[in-house]
Amino acid sequence: MSETAEHADHHIDVKQFHPRAQAAIHNPKIRKNFRSAMDGLMAKRKAAFEGWDLETLRDLGANVRLRALANLPDLLEQLENKLTENGIKVHWAVDGDEACRIVRDICKARDAITVIKGKSMVSEEMELNHYLEEQGIEALESDLGEYIVQLAGETPSHIIMPAIHKNTGEISKLLHEKTGTDLSNDVEYLTASARQQLREKFMNADVGVSGVNFAVAETGTLCLVENEGNGRMTTTVPPCHIAVTGIEKVVPGMEDVSALLALLTRSATGQHITTYFNMISGPRKAEELDGPEEVHLVLVDNGRSSIYQDDELLDTLRCIRCGACMNHCPVYTRVGGHAYGTTYPGPIGKILMPHLIGLDEGRHLPSASSLCGACGEVCPVKIPIPDLLVRLRQESVDGDRLHPAKVRGHGAKRSAMEAMIWKGWAWMHASPGVYRFGTGVASKLRALQPASAGAWTNYRTAPKLAAKTLHQRMKERGQ
Amino acid sequence: MSARETILQRLRNRTGGELTVPECDFSVLERPDWSTTERVERFEKMIESVHGEVHHCTEDSWMDRLAEVLATRGARNLLVAKAHEIGQSLRSADRNDLPELLIYDEPIESWQAHLFNEVDVSITSTRGGIAETGSLILWPTVDEPRLMSLVAPVHIAILKASELYTTFHEAMKAQNWAAGMPTNALLISGPSKTADIEQTLAYGVHGPKELIVLMIE
Repeated sequence: MSETAEHADHHIDVKQFHPRAQAAIHNPKIRKNFRSAMDGLMAKRKAAFEGWDLETLRDLGANVRLRALANLPDLLEQLENKLTENGIKVHWAVDGDEACRIVRDICKARDAITVIKGKSMVSEEMELNHYLEEQGIEALESDLGEYIVQLAGETPSHIIMPAIHKNTGEISKLLHEKTGTDLSNDVEYLTASARQQLREKFMNADVGVSGVNFAVAETGTLCLVENEGNGRMTTTVPPCHIAVTGIEKVVPGMEDVSALLALLTRSATGQHITTYFNMISGPRKAEELDGPEEVHLVLVDNGRSSIYQDDELLDTLRCIRCGACMNHCPVYTRVGGHAYGTTYPGPIGKILMPHLIGLDEGRHLPSASSLCGACGEVCPVKIPIPDLLVRLRQESVDGDRLHPAKVRGHGAKRSAMEAMIWKGWAWMHASPGVYRFGTGVASKLRALQPASAGAWTNYRTAPKLAAKTLHQRMKERGQ
Repeated sequence: MSARETILQRLRNRTGGELTVPECDFSVLERPDWSTTERVERFEKMIESVHGEVHHCTEDSWMDRLAEVLATRGARNLLVAKAHEIGQSLRSADRNDLPELLIYDEPIESWQAHLFNEVDVSITSTRGGIAETGSLILWPTVDEPRLMSLVAPVHIAILKASELYTTFHEAMKAQNWAAGMPTNALLISGPSKTADIEQTLAYGVHGPKELIVLMIE
């Protein structure tokens, strides 16, 4: 068995979106947990941008990201040079498996057996924890939400708030069963016991693994945004720090960071800034008294360079992972993060995941949307998410003859019958005689119309054909 | 071909052709010139809204305030810098209302357990602050290492009101960060916190439970 296949055998079947969504919709606890959390986050975001010229700020955010993407290969090289100059080792990985192997090799070279982790969505994408465990290396999450999710043997249901699907009672029970803390609804107590448990782990960990929010090419700086301090612990206490990040996270200079930071934390949680903004530009110097002696950066492609090829799809790479699109999504709020079965849930997941797993595997993702447009309106870097959803829907049925589909696994949803019906539909609408005849016959036979129209009528009343066509009625009115 | 070459080549040979580079106008980040008083007020309002504490004092009175703050918390000890004037003046003050003074002058490996389990309070300097977001700027040094502002349950920072900038954008320009960054630089805006359990705020999850700013005016 190849390493890749071994690595992939515990995957959730993304194609089973509908049964999972169905189950979530009928679970009042999930509905309540998400509804109340998302309502709170929407209100906080709105308040945090009060007094700002938000449209101009979002324009700046979009331009800053576009400018970085326009120079992406040069910036990556500049970043590599600067980091190397600063003493940080840079590694490149074409996909998640290669990135996992790089992390493993760094660990093995140090005889490391315990890894403590700060929050990193790219490491979720790589399924790093699972991989390291197979290699006999313990990987422990230190972000409180991630810690809870890991104890439960689950995956994050939100990219910023991983344990948002659980309430205090459930978390208390979980901590009690897994770590022996007392059952309590006192969040202070639960947090304090997690602090105690994780402090030991920080002190003994051989390697710290973190993500990166922005990588600055000009100064060779890795920026991390966090509230808990676990990110600082992870990147400071163990003797070796490995940062993993997608290749799109690089920006030219610190000035770009000031614009993106202003947007990121306000969009994500409605905070003007997070407690810690941690900027790392090198390992511990000879005379310094703390900090890791080794710092590595793993630059992960994993499908990003494919997205990069197309002018429209490219916008997906502007994402700064704030999660605002999820917080404002009527579908996400109702089905929760796990229903999607993907690393990134919600609107951004629907446009990003098809590239990472293929549009065949992710065929239901672009359709899991009402196209209400809220995600596009709140996106701090103005990613036209609804447009990209439509584009991916077209690609999933190979629906646009003028623009051949590009995304891997395109056409997976194409059905010959449906294609034929649409062809007939188009022909009928382009031929007035046929159209009049067709609609006339349909009106006459309206009594034969079935009462149900499959899934469409599960929650809707079936539309009834009118007794007379519009043409007939207009004729009667003498127009 | 190495992963590096594969990735860079794919990016360089983009099928969509070359991308146009947009203009970036950062003026939306600028604020009218606030006076020092306005900056102090805003800083205080922002940091207090996230559970930080500000004490106003002067060059002559900060040590008295510090002693009070430590006494009310029953601090057994205080971690201070060896060379920085804050540490120097505390150690030479010879006051009996201060707790035991500890110095971070050995590599972390030799006293990690002690730092993690025994130190009650630490005090550091700052490289200024940011009014708009209520943030402290710290550049840890050999004298004030990274963990000094992270591990103890209470972190006290000294901030000069005259060193308050209006925005982060202004601060990084004024201090010319583009010219080079230290191994670690930080913005700290309040004590460590989490809302990961049902959106309920709890402080001191991994870092300090309390952040106290002695504002020198």
